[in-house]
Amino acid sequence: MRDLLQRLRRRHEFWLASVIVALCVALTLATDSFFTLRNLVDLLTSNAFIGILCAGLIVVLVAGGIDISFTATATVAQYLALSAANAWGATWLTLFLMACGIGVCLGAINAFFIVKFRVHSIIVSIATLNIFYGLLIYATSGRYIYALPDWFSYGIYWFETEIDGWPYGVNLQMLLLGLAFLSTWVLLNRTNIGRQIYAMGGNPDAARRMGFPVVRLQVFVYGYMGFMAGVASLAQAQFAQSVAPTILVGKELDVLAAVVLGGASLLGGVGTVLGTFLGLTLLALLQNGLVLVGVSSYWGQFVTGAVILISVSATALEAGRQRRLRRSAA
Amino acid sequence: MPAFLDLSGVSKRFGGVQALRDVSLRVRAGEVHCLVGENGSGKSTLIKIISGVLAPEPGGRIAIDGVEQPRLTPTRSTAAGVQVIYQDLSLFPNLSAAENIAIGRHLGGVRLVDRAAIRRTALAAMARLGVTLDPDAPVGELGVSQRQLVAICRALAADAKLLIMDEPTASLTRAEVDHLLALVRELKARGLCVMFVSHRLDEVLEVADRVTVLRDGALVGAYPAEGMSDARLSRLMTGKDFSYALKTDDLSARPVALSARGLSRAGEYADVSFDLREGEILGITGLLGAGRTELALTLFGMTRPDAGEIAIAGRTVTLDSNRRAIEAGVAYVSEDRLTLGLVMAQPVAANLVITVLHALAGRLGLIAPARRRKAAQDWIDDLAIKVSDPQNPVGTLSGGNQQRVALAKWMARRPKVLILDSPTVGVDISAKDGIYEIVGRLAAEGVAVLMISDEIPEVFHHCHRVMVMRAGRLSPPVRPVETSEAALREAVNA
Repeated sequence: MRDLLQRLRRRHEFWLASVIVALCVALTLATDSFFTLRNLVDLLTSNAFIGILCAGLIVVLVAGGIDISFTATATVAQYLALSAANAWGATWLTLFLMACGIGVCLGAINAFFIVKFRVHSIIVSIATLNIFYGLLIYATSGRYIYALPDWFSYGIYWFETEIDGWPYGVNLQMLLLGLAFLSTWVLLNRTNIGRQIYAMGGNPDAARRMGFPVVRLQVFVYGYMGFMAGVASLAQAQFAQSVAPTILVGKELDVLAAVVLGGASLLGGVGTVLGTFLGLTLLALLQNGLVLVGVSSYWGQFVTGAVILISVSATALEAGRQRRLRRSAA
Repeated sequence: MPAFLDLSGVSKRFGGVQALRDVSLRVRAGEVHCLVGENGSGKSTLIKIISGVLAPEPGGRIAIDGVEQPRLTPTRSTAAGVQVIYQDLSLFPNLSAAENIAIGRHLGGVRLVDRAAIRRTALAAMARLGVTLDPDAPVGELGVSQRQLVAICRALAADAKLLIMDEPTASLTRAEVDHLLALVRELKARGLCVMFVSHRLDEVLEVADRVTVLRDGALVGAYPAEGMSDARLSRLMTGKDFSYALKTDDLSARPVALSARGLSRAGEYADVSFDLREGEILGITGLLGAGRTELALTLFGMTRPDAGEIAIAGRTVTLDSNRRAIEAGVAYVSEDRLTLGLVMAQPVAANLVITVLHALAGRLGLIAPARRRKAAQDWIDDLAIKVSDPQNPVGTLSGGNQQRVALAKWMARRPKVLILDSPTVGVDISAKDGIYEIVGRLAAEGVAVLMISDEIPEVFHHCHRVMVMRAGRLSPPVRPVETSEAALREAVNA
């Protein structure tokens, strides 16, 4: 039992989960509206966009890269796929194929410059963010799309039941959020590709020497991020009931913040899907909780920043303590 | 005996540089074969050719296990049973030991991970080697020697028949080296060929059956290890004779430059006292982790002692930062010159003057480029640093020349006390000779030198007095003429 506690203490996820539990208890005691099914559903639905992108970005960070162009990718995918659906008609399947296909292509453009010209991924993705977004705004003049296909506007509502006079069910956002995290978890932990991605992020030179298909892995990683951007874009458009080309770009740092808070390292090779989910949850709860207790949303930004700083400092301190412990044990 | 690996007439050019010229190499089945040569002698190129990373010029012949290999690729070389353990070990620090060992299972195709099979593979490799490691421990948390075991297990799991180890002992303590050499003999007993590449000739002679010597890209010859001596081997490698007379001068009348009295720091060193005199080279040897580097860091003001006093030129000083130590006249050339000592991406010239920028500054604190250039050029001439253009990054220099730059950087301050931490780690015999010459000259000019090294011959031959550090405690100094290498070695390992 003590052994288990010792092991847990060393896990970043354990501390995140503890803080989340404490925050939940505090918010439940402080407000009537936090611990309700309504609020839980709202939380999941409104955070699905950020969450699905987190499930893509963790893969990029584990591989040792970074991407910040995915919000522009999502905007482009959303705009083109739904415009096409309006013009020629579509089904759920073809709509997703279009959005995700566009995402994969734009991701592959990132990978091309990163692999071919060995430009650092942050530089490439800053450039492509501006290119993708700039071209879209130029081509569309920033016009919103309010008229969406009826079936899309209605969305899905599985396992619908009525509780206290309110209808509840699994909506599109929840479904996609769940699938995104599940697929990333399977990818990173259960497939050899995922383990190759961890290995490449941990020691790229060794990966090359061991004969890993490094180029193919990079293309896959940025393609996967693009795919998730396509999925996220549809979840967001369905939630917002419109396509607004100007509102997604700017959210990329929220995604990065959640993933880093979840324990992923910008140096690659480190990070877990569970940690990412907890990081996302903590940030979502903080913002939700502050609104519920009636604090200005500007404080929400302040608190988000402070929590990230405290978390990464605490992790660094704990890692240093563990190192010293090991050294004195050795 | 049949040869497992048979190379003949192998050459390699890089542009205008002939890296290898008509080299032949035979590694017999079940032997431990050492490959020695100075930096730039072509060892690494030869290993890359054997592992299929580089293709030799047409005309060379390579046969592995009796099979001609006209077009060797990394995949084919691996399939034929050749495994290279590079100096950096090429492990994945974020993955578990088991996953590192069985990493080959992750290659090829797309499929689900079979964790049970990975564990089985890893445990089987450990059993073959007769070692026990925690299969679930992340490799980044293991010590250097354990990491090396992981790398060897990985090679075994990949069905190695010839194991090439590139400088495997570079970062190991003496006890760990002994353990590794025992392991190499064990591998040999199991019928594996081992090719051992090393700078440390005593180790080479301890473990090898035969030694192949390369010099300037050409084969000098292959010799049985039996009956070979250190001195003859270094002569074969360099074509020159290096013999050093012991330092016999008695400096006990010279003024004391640095004195330590009762220095202690919990968990690092205890009750350390010594006097270092002007013009003296005082050696400290001992095992890695004995507290040598920790003591050096205190003398350089990077850490503070819990107790004790430091005096420089007779005045007691409080060194609460390295800036204070530098002002007091202490200079420190670190063990890890690559990460601590030099700004690798910056030009040689900029590195040379980095410690004296304030002295070069004119009014308004601005630095005239001409003055900076002249100062840098003076040092390049003075220490005979081989650099085609002072504006080239330091990272492009050879190890020995980098070490000279690091030395010059500190000498520019005209220090009273120079602390050298393992000054010749990773440099070859000729470069070592250059460094010894510089250190000797500095001492002759009156600089007090504290030389920390785990190579006993080094402190024995180049210091006026030697102290041994063991578990944080320092033995009283002895003069080389009053002791022997063997006695020092015993004191270190006792």
